Amino acid sequence: MLVTPMLNYFGYLFDGGNWSFAQGSIPHLLLQHVEYTLITLLIAAVIALPVGLLIGHTNRGALLAINIGNAGRALPTFGLLSLMVTLVGIGTLPVLVALVVLAVPPILTSTYAGIRAVDSAAVDAAVGMGMRPLQVLTRAEVPMALPLIMSGLRSALLQVCATATVAAYVGFGGLGRLLIDGLSTNHYDEVFAGAVLVALLAIVLDLLSAAVQRSIVSPGVRERRGRRHRGSSDAPMSDAPTSDAAMSETSEQTETRQQQVSTASTSR
Amino acid sequence: MITFDAVTKAFPGGNVAVDDLSVELPTGQITVFVGPSGCGKTTSLRMINRMIDPTSGTIAIDGEDVSHQDAALLRRKIGYVIQHAGLFPHRTVVDNIATVPLLNGVNKKQARENALELLGRVGLDESMATRYPAQLSGGQQQRVGVARALAADPPVMLMDEPFSAVDPIVRDGLQKEFLRLQAEFGKTIAFVTHDIDEAIKLGDRVAIFRVGGHLAQVGTPQELLDDPADEFVADFVGRDRGFRGLSFITAEGLDVEPVKTWVDGRDGVRLVLDDDGKPQGWSVNDSTDLRPLPGTFAPSDSMRLVTDLAISSPSGVAVRVDGEGIADGAVPHAAVAEHLVAVRRDAEGDRAPR
Amino acid sequence: MIDYIRNNQTIIWQALGQHVYLSLLPVLLGTVVAVPVGYLAVRRPALYQPIVNLGGVIYSIPSLALFLIIPVVLGTGVLSPLNIIVALAVYTFALLTRTVADALTDVQGETTQAADALGFRRLRRLVGVEIPMALPVMLAGVRVATVSNISLVSVGAFLGVGGLGALFTRGLQLGFIEPIIVGIVLSVLLAAVCDIGIVLLQRRLTPWSRVGAG
Repeated sequence: MLVTPMLNYFGYLFDGGNWSFAQGSIPHLLLQHVEYTLITLLIAAVIALPVGLLIGHTNRGALLAINIGNAGRALPTFGLLSLMVTLVGIGTLPVLVALVVLAVPPILTSTYAGIRAVDSAAVDAAVGMGMRPLQVLTRAEVPMALPLIMSGLRSALLQVCATATVAAYVGFGGLGRLLIDGLSTNHYDEVFAGAVLVALLAIVLDLLSAAVQRSIVSPGVRERRGRRHRGSSDAPMSDAPTSDAAMSETSEQTETRQQQVSTASTSR
Repeated sequence: MITFDAVTKAFPGGNVAVDDLSVELPTGQITVFVGPSGCGKTTSLRMINRMIDPTSGTIAIDGEDVSHQDAALLRRKIGYVIQHAGLFPHRTVVDNIATVPLLNGVNKKQARENALELLGRVGLDESMATRYPAQLSGGQQQRVGVARALAADPPVMLMDEPFSAVDPIVRDGLQKEFLRLQAEFGKTIAFVTHDIDEAIKLGDRVAIFRVGGHLAQVGTPQELLDDPADEFVADFVGRDRGFRGLSFITAEGLDVEPVKTWVDGRDGVRLVLDDDGKPQGWSVNDSTDLRPLPGTFAPSDSMRLVTDLAISSPSGVAVRVDGEGIADGAVPHAAVAEHLVAVRRDAEGDRAPR
Repeated sequence: MIDYIRNNQTIIWQALGQHVYLSLLPVLLGTVVAVPVGYLAVRRPALYQPIVNLGGVIYSIPSLALFLIIPVVLGTGVLSPLNIIVALAVYTFALLTRTVADALTDVQGETTQAADALGFRRLRRLVGVEIPMALPVMLAGVRVATVSNISLVSVGAFLGVGGLGALFTRGLQLGFIEPIIVGIVLSVLLAAVCDIGIVLLQRRLTPWSRVGAG
């Protein structure tokens, strides 16, 4: 790469005028992006967590929980956005609905998988000691399921952040604006600025959520890797207890591993 | 006292796990439920703390029907130990032990202090308190499981194959610890195992179950060994009942010959003592090489030990020692055998006519 | 709806065709690179954490951003299909490296030690023992990567290279819902077909996992 073109790409980023807090400036768009991401995550969590916990605890509707994750991953994010906007019109609501719809599957599936993967002897002991059902859920099952639940939340976080970027195409705000506007006006420095900032935002959000995970998940439930104890790892792709899972076909460990792989990743 | 009164458990689909069970588990004693897979022993146990509810019949603890009590509160008064401990991986060892007291509202500091004390009682070092279950071995986890069950000082304990998942050496240690704890605490314990040897070793009373949930026989280990109710029980208890029964007879009444007889030598063997009078070995045919003793016994030891010592001694003679290890008697195998026959005859004579 | 499909067959087929190669080729490329790197992470445990972390960082980057950063890094034009392919291959690689590393670690044990004792050399052991045993988990990862890619290709529509994404932009621009529905349905169907295809492939490749007691 030549130096001069590189400088061209960085033009927008280094332009002081873009860093005020005016409408359409970088900080403003950044804030907007983060705001919508967090709101969506909250709504999706409020919907998906209780459902996932319920299905996991009672094991009724398991088929739904298992397959909704796969279905969600197969949905083209851009397609869903376009569908909502065409149906309802341009605006924040259709985008939010699409974002929530895309964020629910990973949280639901991971929460369900997390509860199912909890050691049944520990649950039996909890009941046998005299915990009431709600206490069993909150004091035993959830803490043990936390790694998988957290991985689902983190996947959803990144999913929403990514889709919110794309939503700029249908009039949404956020950092995607830089990308879309830049593309349409051939201001590639603006595009580059948008891309870099979004990437950085996503990485920072991921690191923050990893820190949250590390602080709320008990050290006793962190992942132990096979024979070589590598300690816990905080990448978004998986973080799960090594107890056996609920499905058929192959050996216990393989199932757990397969579950980890499939519950933890969504498309961006 | 725990009472089963005509308790039956039939599962939907027709499987009868427990069939018309009536048995009493005396207060302060260990009652072992033993039998082959599918005999209903675990189901019966789990009906005591209402993890399963009977189809018919009642279970009472000290006269109070358990089905009339709030299940959760009932369980907090019953210690529950299961096969793989079921410790909470997300809590430290000390917090695991303190679970029930905390549930009952005891303040955290107090509960943790008591938990630490219990940790020591079950033979674990205080340094384990802040570790997580995943860092403990199987045997250690089981001990924590027992401590956890003891934490609220329940009068009743239920134990479902608690020592089955560890290797025999660890199991032996755990069993000894358990008996020591019971001597200290005197709880009413219902213990399930599939291992008849464990049942005989640990039980004050043993209840043998047949597949299909029928109680085949209940009694002291001695009674089961001496008097099996039918062929199933006899088979289940196993051959060499007679030999095993020797574990329950002590050497108190056994007459011994003076040590001097054997120090002087007889039948080509001579007992060699050291300056303090402690046995060193046997000299055979005046050889200077001493053959070691397989061991020695005290009057409180079982006749099973004495018999084994006599058989495995190079001279066929078992040596008795006192509290300091000084030899104070010797008995040849023939005398041991005669003694056992006499004991048997007495027992038969004592038996009330049927 | 039917009319729309009949009248626009060429566009739809074209979009689908482009979508297929844009989503599947990267899976292949990403897998091919992920296996040796994943294996490396197993052989040199010190590398595991850095590799996994790098993969994690890459995987967290939103697709559109990656599609637009790659041209700068590669020096290609922004509107080239190469961007999509490289970006998705990078995603696949980032996802699968950890999966491969974990899968291969899990199969270490009695079987691999037996292989050593029988005289297998390292490569033979990898290809003949470790990889076959690790296949179920690795293929689970490939399924995830494939389905993800199929969804992500549509985003490339912004760069004019979006496979079925072109149908979405058409729908948005013209205000018609038919192309959008067709695009979503085809995208989901393609994902389902590929997913099932990989499952069948897995069954074919690991016949031993289907038989067993009971």
